[in-house]
Amino acid sequence: MSTTDTPTLIDEPAVAQGFETMTYREALRLAMREEMVRDERVFVMGEEVGVFDGAYKVTAGLLAEFGAERVRDTPISEEGFVGAGVGAAMLGERPIVEIMTINFLLVAMDQVVNHAAKIGAMFGGEARCPLVIRTPNGAGNQLTAQHSQSFEGWFASTPGLKVLAPATPADAKGLLKAAIRDDDPVLVVENLAIYKERGEVPLDPEYVTPIGLAAVAREGRDVSLIAHSYATVRALHVAERLERDHGISAEVVDLRSLRPLDVETVAESVSKTGRAVCVEEGWPTYGVTAELAARIQHACFDDLDAPIERVGMAEVPMPYAKELENAALPNEDRIEAAVLSTLGRRQ
Amino acid sequence: MAIATSTLRALYEQMLLIRVFETEAERQYKAARIGGYCHLSSGQEAATVGATHALDPADLLVTGYRCHGFALARGVPAEEVMAELFGRVGGCAHGRGGSMHLLDVGRGYYGGWGIVAGQLPIATGLALGLVRQGRSQAVLCELGDGAINMGAWHESLNLAAVWQLPVVFLIMNNEYGMGTSVERASAVTQLYRRAAAYDLPAERIDGDDLLAVAQAASTMLGAAREERRAGVLELVTYRHRGHSVADAGLAYRTRGEIDAHLAHDPIFRVRGLLSEEGVSDAELDAMLAAAHERVDASVQAALDSPAPDVGTLATGMYAPGSASQFARMLPGAPFGERELVFAGGLGE
Repeated sequence: MSTTDTPTLIDEPAVAQGFETMTYREALRLAMREEMVRDERVFVMGEEVGVFDGAYKVTAGLLAEFGAERVRDTPISEEGFVGAGVGAAMLGERPIVEIMTINFLLVAMDQVVNHAAKIGAMFGGEARCPLVIRTPNGAGNQLTAQHSQSFEGWFASTPGLKVLAPATPADAKGLLKAAIRDDDPVLVVENLAIYKERGEVPLDPEYVTPIGLAAVAREGRDVSLIAHSYATVRALHVAERLERDHGISAEVVDLRSLRPLDVETVAESVSKTGRAVCVEEGWPTYGVTAELAARIQHACFDDLDAPIERVGMAEVPMPYAKELENAALPNEDRIEAAVLSTLGRRQ
Repeated sequence: MAIATSTLRALYEQMLLIRVFETEAERQYKAARIGGYCHLSSGQEAATVGATHALDPADLLVTGYRCHGFALARGVPAEEVMAELFGRVGGCAHGRGGSMHLLDVGRGYYGGWGIVAGQLPIATGLALGLVRQGRSQAVLCELGDGAINMGAWHESLNLAAVWQLPVVFLIMNNEYGMGTSVERASAVTQLYRRAAAYDLPAERIDGDDLLAVAQAASTMLGAAREERRAGVLELVTYRHRGHSVADAGLAYRTRGEIDAHLAHDPIFRVRGLLSEEGVSDAELDAMLAAAHERVDASVQAALDSPAPDVGTLATGMYAPGSASQFARMLPGAPFGERELVFAGGLGE
C-alpha cells in the first residue's frame, strides 16, 4: 500500500539505511529481533512462540537466535502468563507477550484491565509496568463466532493502557518498537488478514513510529475515511474505486494509535472534506467508530456537511457460511456505499 | 526454632503494632476518616509477622488486599500506611491506592492487590524477573483461602513449577473467604494438598505459632532462593474481626467460635514466651504502650499530611514522557477533560 503521504508525520530516520520490501509479519519479527539485540531485558513469551515458530509464524526463527530463556513457550494459561509478564515488567524487564488471537485475551482481561492498566495510577506513580502484549484481531477466514472478533476498542477505553494498531509493514515495525521502548503497558493489535501484506520497511534499527500520531495515508478533498489496522487497507482500496468509478477524491486517515488517539489529524481532515466515514473491523456499537464520531462532531461541528457514517462488522456473532461471513464483514462494497450515502449520491 | 530473645521482642513489637494499628483503623473508619473497604488482619499477627520475618531484605513481597499488617511488618512506616488509609499525599501510594493497595517498592513490597488471586500471576512474574536478572532472591506471595478456587491459582502454581521459579505461595487460611467457610468452598479442606497437583512442596502449620511460622517460611524461602523451588505454605489462623469493617462477622460464625479463638490470641502466646524468657510484665506493658504511641503518631501524621491536589488527578497514570503522545487527543475530548486530565500532569 502507498505510504507516500505519511512522511510529514513520521520522524525521518537519522541514518538512512535503505528500505526492504517485506510482509507485515516479517516487519513485526524484525522489530522484535532488533529490540532483543538492543536490549537484554526484552524477551518474548506466549503459546507456541518458540519450538512451533509461532502460531502465525511471527516469531519464526527467534528461538534459534535467542534461546529458550528469551523466547519462552508457555502452557495454555493466558491469565497466568500475561500476569507473569506484568510481574516481570514491574521488576524492570521488557516482556513481549504474544496472545495467539485477541479472542483468547479475554481470559486474561483481569490481568490487562484490572492489573496492568492500574499500576501507574493506583500506586501513585511508585511502580510502572513496561509490558507489551501483541495479538491479532480480525475475521474473514470462516473462523466463526469465537475466533473472528476485534476487541481493541474495549482495551482502548481503559485509562492506563496504550493501544496501537498498525496497518502497514513499516508501521508494524515502527509501532511495535515504540511499544517495546515505552514505559507503559501497550497492546499492539495486529490482524490476521494483514500478516501477508507487503510493503517497504525502513531497515534503520532506530526507526520508531511515534505513539499518538495518525497518518494521512491518502490525500483527498471530498470525504475522509478514518480507519485503523486492516480497515485502513480496505479504505485505501475503496478510495481508489471511488476515484476511478465516481470521480470522488477520498482522504484516508490511518489512526495507527487508538489510545492515545490523534484526533487532531482526524479533525484537520474532516474540517477540510466536511464528511467523515469511520471504518472498523469490529462492531460499531460502543466501538472505535463510535468514539470517533463523538469526537468529530464536537471538534468539527461547524464544518460537517453530512452526518458521520460508520461501517463495521454487522452486529451479529460471526457466522460460518462464507456468504454470511462476507455479508457481515465491513467489506469494500459496504464502505463504498457509506461514502456515496454521505455524499448524497445514489449507487 | 531457636531465636534470640531480642529478635522475639522485635517480632512481638511488630505484632503489637499491627494489632493496635488495626484497632485504630477500625475506629478511624467508623469516624469516617477512612473510606472504601478496610480489611483488618487482627488475629493473624503471628502468621503475618512470622512469614515476613523469614524474608531477606532483598526478597520481594506481594499480597492481597488484607495488607496493613504485611506492610507494617515489612517496615513501611506506620505514618505512611495510615496516611494512605486517610487518602493523603504522605501515604505510601500518595493517596491513590487506599487500604488495599499499599506498596513500598524500595522495601521490595510490590503491592497489595484487590482482585482475589490476581496477585498470584504477578508474583510468578516477579519471580521470573528475578531469575532473568540472575538474582538469588525469592518472592513471597500472600493469598487468602478463597483465592485457591480461582483459575489464577492453578495457572500460577503450574507456571512456577514448570519454570522452576523462586516463589512461595503463602495461604492465610483464616477459615472464611468473606462469609463462606473453607468447607463450603473447597473440595479439599487441607488446602496445602492442592500443591500436590503441581508436584510442589507444601506444608500446613499452625499460623498462630509465631516461631513455627518463621521456621517453615524460612525453610521454604530458602529452597526457593537456593534451589529455585516454588512452594506452598498454608498457615491456619483466624481473623478476629469481620471480612471488612463493614461486616460484623456474625452472620456466618457464632460468638462462641470467635470467643474460643480470642482465648488463644497469638499475641498472648508470644507474650507468654517472652515471660518465660524473663521479660517482665512491666516491660511487656511498656511495649504495648509504645505501640499505642506509634499508632497515635501515625494518625497525627496522617492528619497533618495534605489531601492530594485535584490538579494532580492524572499524575502517575502514564510514565514520564507520555504527555506528548497524548497532546493530539484534545480536540473533541469529553467536557472537562483538558482541565481534569491533560492539565493534571498526564505522563509529565
